[in-house]
Amino acid sequence: MNERNFGEVILDLKGISLSFGAMRVLNNISFNVRQGEIRSIIGPNGAGKSSMLNVINGVYHPQEGEITFRGEVRKEMKVHEAAGFGIARTFQNIALFKGMSTLDNIMTGRNLKMKSSMLAQAIYWGKAQKEEIEHRKKVEEIIDFLEIQAIRKTPVGRLPYGMQKRVELGRALAAEPEILLLDEPMAGMNVEEKEDMSRFVLDINDEFGTTIVLIEHDMGVVMDISDRVVVLDYGRQLADGTPDVVRSNQDVIDAYLGVSH
Amino acid sequence: MSLPPNQPGGQNSEVLDTFPKLLLNHAKVRGDKIAMREKDLGIWQSWTWSEVADEVRALACGLAALGFKSGDKLAIIGDNRPRLYWAMAAAQCLGGVPVPLYQDSVAEEMIYVLDNADVRFAIVEDQEQVDKLLEVKEKAPKIEHILFDDPRGLRHYDYPFLSSIDKAQEQGRQYDEAHPGFFDQSALSGSGSDVGIMLYTSGTTGNPKGVVLTNDNVIITARNGIIREGLTENEEVLAYLPMAWVGDNLFSYAQSYVAGFTINCPESGATVLTDLREIGPTYYFAPPRVYENMLTQVMIRMEDASKIKQKMFHYFMDHAKSTGTRILDGKPVSLMDRLIYKLGNFFVYGPLRDVLGLGRIKLAYTAGEAIGPEIFDFYRSLGINIKQLYGQTEGMVFICVQPDGEVYADTVGTPAIDVEIKIDDNGEVLYRSPGVFHSYYKNPESTAKTKTDDGWVFTGDAGFFAENGHLKIIDRAKDVGKLNNGTLFAPKYIENKLKFFSFIKEVVAFGNERDYASVFINIDLEAVGNWAERRNLAYSGYTDLANQDTVYDMIQECVEQVNLDLSKDPLLSNSQIKRFLVLHKELDPDDGELTRTRKVRRNFIAERYGPLMGALYSDVAVQHVETQVKFEDGRTGVLTADVKVRNAKTFTPVKAAS
Repeated sequence: MNERNFGEVILDLKGISLSFGAMRVLNNISFNVRQGEIRSIIGPNGAGKSSMLNVINGVYHPQEGEITFRGEVRKEMKVHEAAGFGIARTFQNIALFKGMSTLDNIMTGRNLKMKSSMLAQAIYWGKAQKEEIEHRKKVEEIIDFLEIQAIRKTPVGRLPYGMQKRVELGRALAAEPEILLLDEPMAGMNVEEKEDMSRFVLDINDEFGTTIVLIEHDMGVVMDISDRVVVLDYGRQLADGTPDVVRSNQDVIDAYLGVSH
Repeated sequence: MSLPPNQPGGQNSEVLDTFPKLLLNHAKVRGDKIAMREKDLGIWQSWTWSEVADEVRALACGLAALGFKSGDKLAIIGDNRPRLYWAMAAAQCLGGVPVPLYQDSVAEEMIYVLDNADVRFAIVEDQEQVDKLLEVKEKAPKIEHILFDDPRGLRHYDYPFLSSIDKAQEQGRQYDEAHPGFFDQSALSGSGSDVGIMLYTSGTTGNPKGVVLTNDNVIITARNGIIREGLTENEEVLAYLPMAWVGDNLFSYAQSYVAGFTINCPESGATVLTDLREIGPTYYFAPPRVYENMLTQVMIRMEDASKIKQKMFHYFMDHAKSTGTRILDGKPVSLMDRLIYKLGNFFVYGPLRDVLGLGRIKLAYTAGEAIGPEIFDFYRSLGINIKQLYGQTEGMVFICVQPDGEVYADTVGTPAIDVEIKIDDNGEVLYRSPGVFHSYYKNPESTAKTKTDDGWVFTGDAGFFAENGHLKIIDRAKDVGKLNNGTLFAPKYIENKLKFFSFIKEVVAFGNERDYASVFINIDLEAVGNWAERRNLAYSGYTDLANQDTVYDMIQECVEQVNLDLSKDPLLSNSQIKRFLVLHKELDPDDGELTRTRKVRRNFIAERYGPLMGALYSDVAVQHVETQVKFEDGRTGVLTADVKVRNAKTFTPVKAAS
């Protein structure tokens, strides 16, 4: 692969701590995300990875720490702000509209970009018509990109799991995000599906310059496609750095291979 | 070689003897007519003939700017994309030769062909193919330049010899301006006897051979096909079969260039059935398995339909079976039957044809392997004019075609226009036609072995002419043997006839240098299992089921029906099956009984089951047998069984062999 250059830090998390009652799920976590990189968060089950993503897009509000997004320091993100600022995500458990077609599901990802009124959209009139055609074009480009033309009109509930994951990625892409948060995009997939998904993640990063924050269990995949990796374990931050650095970190090896305490 | 006078398009046919000339003529005569469509971003995009001519011109000039010269080979690798078809014409415009390759070949398989064909330039579809060629390039350094269609994922590929088709066309337009007259002069300078295209045949043994075809070979054969079937410029064809296959070159390129009809490129390999429905082609080719799959789909979906719909479907389909093919063949049908068929057409046949995407079909071909008569009749009874043809790359497809109104499931029809056929003493079919290939590329030995000095080509197939003048292909010539009484024995013909029964999965026929024909049979576990379930027959597994008397009874009926069929055939009536047995195990590639492509290895099986062979040619009723088997995890075991051997009824030949 060619030399990769990254832009500035667009998202900086400092000293993030999050508790639910007495449960401390994140403890003083600090890391940043640079423009255009593929940034992974790894760790065993219950390490706090999904909580971390939820902090980034504003679902959880940390008790301590600060978040700097595009140079603006704030204590917490708000969900609508995150979406408005171009942060899109997919979920660990697929969250699609099962009865709707692939096309319609991805179209819902365009929601924030639609400017015309609901009434105008409903009667498909005036500007709404032109707008819808443009949105449809964008959605078709995503369908083409993800190679899911054959399931364009299939209700999502009837698709196999791996395909549903792909549709969900498509919906997140439809928002033309600056940062894409992927929560275990390869969970439950076979080797071939994982390879496909890895290729799509790399292609999205490459073609659209989208910054990607990724949670993944499969170490092989993570080390292959990530630029930098942060490792969590029981809410603590174990390591942060390039795959090579992380791979040789003793704490990480202990956490993954197990060590007698 | 004379050209038929009534060339579609009404132009002076003497001049239009190359693809560039045909293209430029279309741009002039029917410039606004749609030549090509491709579904992109969910919408069918189209190009008229004059637009295609313009694109081809830009691409050809772009290639010329890169140093492509007359006589150079252009490898074309990818799915059916308009720009890859334009690449073929572009190469021909420069006096070059397109060499399409199978897009699913792995890099190592491509090395041989690219090296053998002396390919200097390649036009490929996408990153996948570029990656393969980069791998190949180290071992086949003759490749000098690679152009790609889809830039996705290729942004960071920094090689001086790699660029996009877009960029090449851009350069081509500048080159065209700087060299006025170059393109027209080059495009119009070719002649019919020049090499038009090279197609590699996937050799089952040894390396693939490059079949060199001249423009005359391709264009005259394409034109003859058009004339015989009455095709016009208004046909719609879906281009979905590999571009490296001679059939695609004929149906989706040559015939379109001759007649001026429209080629439609599907959105992706996975959407072909949807695209078929949207386009509704009028002219269609598919191998038998495609028709088979479509029929299975229909039947499965009918099982889920409501009772009323099922009743209606079965009633009208039964009626279609008895009258549909007769109407299609123009035979007399009573008024009442015609009325019921009309009604059925409204309620069942029409909607069904639409769902299949065959609503507008004027002509559908199938070839490649034997098609089950039931499948064949199903489509014909719906009013879809599906016909079998017999062809070869070496003859630019057309050797025999079934004429309208004379379609029989077990023949491949009568010789195509300008084709002569003869059968040699060994029963092998030879033909001579305007489509007969020039030579195998750089392989005079093979050429001499296949083609005689006066133009006859050995097909390697054994066959004969039935009384109605139709050619019947029975087997590969090398597999055909003789019974001890000297009459012809064609094992595959018998095997295929039995395999058309859904209960029978595999058959191995014996008879060469024996007194009579006999067979090993593998039942189809799923089909026979279902059948047994409906009869409350208990069984523990394949071996048990295969050995049941009721199953033997049922298989015996199948065998005897085949015997009855064979008895009507003057040449093959002696090959009626006297004895048969149902094997106690399924034939398996892991045990070496089948090839990986599931062809039976007859001699190996005969040796392996020596005792059973002995039983077939004696009069024992039960034979004990022990067989070594290999399990999927690699362990071996021994399977013992007492296999029954039965006699089947044979019939007096209707006519003795003359």
